[in-house]
Amino acid sequence: MGNWIVNNGLSAFILVAWMGINIFIFVWFYLSYDLGDQFFYTRHLLSSGLPWARAPAAVLNFNCMLILLPVCRNLLSLIRGSFMCCSKTLRKQLDKNLTFHKLVGYMIALMTAVHTIAHLLNVEWLNNSRQGAYDELSTILSQLEDTNSTSYLNPDPQQIPTRFAFSSIAGLTGVIITLALILIITSSMEVIRRNYFEVFWYTHHLFIIFFAGLVFHGAGRIVRSQQRTNPLHNVSYCKDRSDDWGTLPECPIPQFAGGFPQTWMWVIGPMFLYLCERCLRFIRYMQKVTYRKIVMRPSKLEWHPFTMTSAPEEDFFSVHIRSAGDWTNKLIDIMQQLPEGAQGPNVCFPRMGVDGPFGTASEDVFDYEVSMLVGAGIGVTPFASILKSIWYKFKDSDPKLRTRKIYFYWLCRETHAFEWFADLLQVLEKEMEERGMGDFLTYKLYLTGWDQSHTTHVMVHFDKETDVITGLKQKTHYGRPIWDKEFEQVRKENPTSAVGTFLCGPEALAKVLEKKCAKFSDVDPRRTKFYFNKENF
Amino acid sequence: MGKIEWAMWANEQALASGLILLAGGIVGVAGQFRGWQFAAYSIAAGVFVCMLEYPRSKRSKGTSVGRTGQYCFTVCVKAFGPVTRNYYVRAFLHAAICVPGGFLLATVLGCVCLGIASLIYLVAAIRGEHWEPILPVKEARKPVAESMKAPPQNPPPRPPPEMRRKRVDDLESAAYDNPIPVTANE
Repeated sequence: MGNWIVNNGLSAFILVAWMGINIFIFVWFYLSYDLGDQFFYTRHLLSSGLPWARAPAAVLNFNCMLILLPVCRNLLSLIRGSFMCCSKTLRKQLDKNLTFHKLVGYMIALMTAVHTIAHLLNVEWLNNSRQGAYDELSTILSQLEDTNSTSYLNPDPQQIPTRFAFSSIAGLTGVIITLALILIITSSMEVIRRNYFEVFWYTHHLFIIFFAGLVFHGAGRIVRSQQRTNPLHNVSYCKDRSDDWGTLPECPIPQFAGGFPQTWMWVIGPMFLYLCERCLRFIRYMQKVTYRKIVMRPSKLEWHPFTMTSAPEEDFFSVHIRSAGDWTNKLIDIMQQLPEGAQGPNVCFPRMGVDGPFGTASEDVFDYEVSMLVGAGIGVTPFASILKSIWYKFKDSDPKLRTRKIYFYWLCRETHAFEWFADLLQVLEKEMEERGMGDFLTYKLYLTGWDQSHTTHVMVHFDKETDVITGLKQKTHYGRPIWDKEFEQVRKENPTSAVGTFLCGPEALAKVLEKKCAKFSDVDPRRTKFYFNKENF
Repeated sequence: MGKIEWAMWANEQALASGLILLAGGIVGVAGQFRGWQFAAYSIAAGVFVCMLEYPRSKRSKGTSVGRTGQYCFTVCVKAFGPVTRNYYVRAFLHAAICVPGGFLLATVLGCVCLGIASLIYLVAAIRGEHWEPILPVKEARKPVAESMKAPPQNPPPRPPPEMRRKRVDDLESAAYDNPIPVTANE
C-alpha cells in the first residue's frame, strides 16, 4: 500500500481533484438553475430539464478548457524543463498527458449526452407549451412575444422541433459539433488509432469545427431568465393570476432576457495557447535545428513522432524508423531511390521538417543513481541515444551525471532487428573493457521469438566466447525475462539506491513492470526503491 | 492513407450510430414525444444495427482483435452468408434504415451518423473489402517429424533381479524412488 502511494499518489490526487471540481461545478449549477428565483417561470415550462441541461453545460465548459492543454507538447516541455529542480514525481505527471486528455474526452462525451438528452426534452416541452398543451400559465408564458413592452420566454416559434432546432443558432451548432465529436470519438478508438493512424489524425482535426461551433453555441441566448422590473413582479402572488398581468399593480408583465454566453471565456485561453503551439511547430518546420525527440513530416499535412538514436554530444542526428504503415513505407521508398552513399550538392535529398525538442520520460535517466532501461523491439531507440549520451558524459566525467550503474534489457522477437543496435553495444563493450569500467553497464538481450533452429544453432556454437547472433560477449537469452529474478538481482546489488525503471514498449509489459516496481520497492527510504517511467509516442 | 481498411472505421461508426439511435429512441418514447412512433422504430433499428455491427470483421492484414463476447454474434451474422458479407448490401441497408430517424429530432443525430457510416461502408465496398468472421483457430497438430521412429518393441536391457532391487543400506544411490518403504529382505 505504501508503495502504491509513493508511485501513484500524485496521479490519484490529481484525478480526485479533477473529479471533485467536476462534481462541484455540476452540483453548483444544478442548484443555481433549480432553485434560482429568476428561473421560476422558465422552470414552469421546462421543469427539471433546465438544470439537467445547464449543469452538464457548465461541466463541458470546464472540460473543453482542459482538453487542449495536455496536447500542447511544447508547453509541456517548457514546464518539464522548468521543473528540473523539482521532484521527479511532478515531472512524471506530465508523461501521463495523453491519459488525461482521453479522460477529459470521455467526460466531454458523457456530458454532451446528458446535455443533449435534456435539451431534446426541453425542445419538446417548449413546443407543447407553445401549442397550449399544458396549463394556462404555460400557455400565457409561451405567448409572450418580443415587442415594445414584452419580451419572450419561449424561444420556439411554433415549429416542429426539428425545424426549430435547425433554425436556431444553438440547435444548428449543437448538432454540428455533436456530429464532429462523434466522428472524433469513433476514429480515436484503439483499433483505428493503432492501425490507421492517418484516419485518426485527420479526423481529430474536426476539433477545429467543434471549438468554433462551441464558441457560438450560446449566441442565440435562448435560455431566458426573468429580469427585475419596476415595479417588481411578485412571482408567488402573480403565478396564479396570469390573466391579470399588466393590470394588477403587483403583477406587471414579466420581462425576460437571455443569459450572456460564457463558453468563449472558458476556452479562449487554451485555444490561443494551442494556436501558438501549432504556429511554433510550423515555424520550427521552416528552420533546421538539432533535437532529442523530433517530429518529421515529408508531406505538409502529416506529422509523426520519432525518437532520436543519436546523442546530444554528437554533431549529427540519427533516427531509426520501423516500417509499420503508409508513411514509413513511403519514406523507405524515397530513401531507397537515393543512390548509394550519396553526398554532395548535386544530390537531391528529400526535404524533411523537424520539430522539437520534446522532453520525454527518458530524460530523467541521468538523475537516478541506478537505472533499469527496458526496450522492446523498436522501443529501444530512446535508449540508444541515452546510452551513447551517458557514455560520453561518463568519459568526460560530467558532474551532472548521477548515474553510476545501468541495467539494460533489450527484448526482441527476431534476430535481424539486432543488427543496427548491436554495433553500438559492441563499441560500448570494447570501450568499457579498455577503460576497465565493465561494471558500469550490464546488458541482457532477450530473443522472444526463438524456435528449434535457433536452439540447434546455439547448441552447436555453445563454446564460442561471443554470442552467435550479436557477436557480443554477453550471451543472448531466449524467451522472456523472469522479472522477479531481475528485480531481485538489482535490489541485491544496490541495497540503498533509488532505481529508475524506464520502459519503451507495449502496454502489457508496462503493467507487469509497474507491478514489479511496486512489489520490490521498500517503503523504508534508506532501502532500494523502484520508480517506474513509461515512454510513449 | 493507402492501406487503411475503411470497414474498420465504418464498423466503429455504425456501432456508435446504433447506440445513438437507440438512446434517441428511448428518449423519444419515454418523453412521449409527438411522433413517438419514429422513436419506437429507432429503438428497434438501433438494436438491430448494434447486433449486426458488434462482431468485428477479420482484418485482411494483421491481427484481428474481436470485441468481448462477440463469438455468438459472429455466428449469427455469418449464418446470413453473402448478405452480411458484402459491404454494398450493408451500405444500402444502413442508408435505408437511417431515413425514418430523420423525422424526429431525438433520432436525427443517429440518422446522420448512420448515414455517414453507410458512406464509409460504400467506400469500403468499392475498394473490395468484405466481412470475414473472426473464428477461434484450432491449433493444427504438427505432423510428426520423419526422424521419429516407431516406439521400441522390447523393454530396455536390465541387470538381473538381485542387482535391481533397491538396497536398504544404500538408498541414496538408488536410481529411483520407491513409493512403498523399503524394508530389508528377511
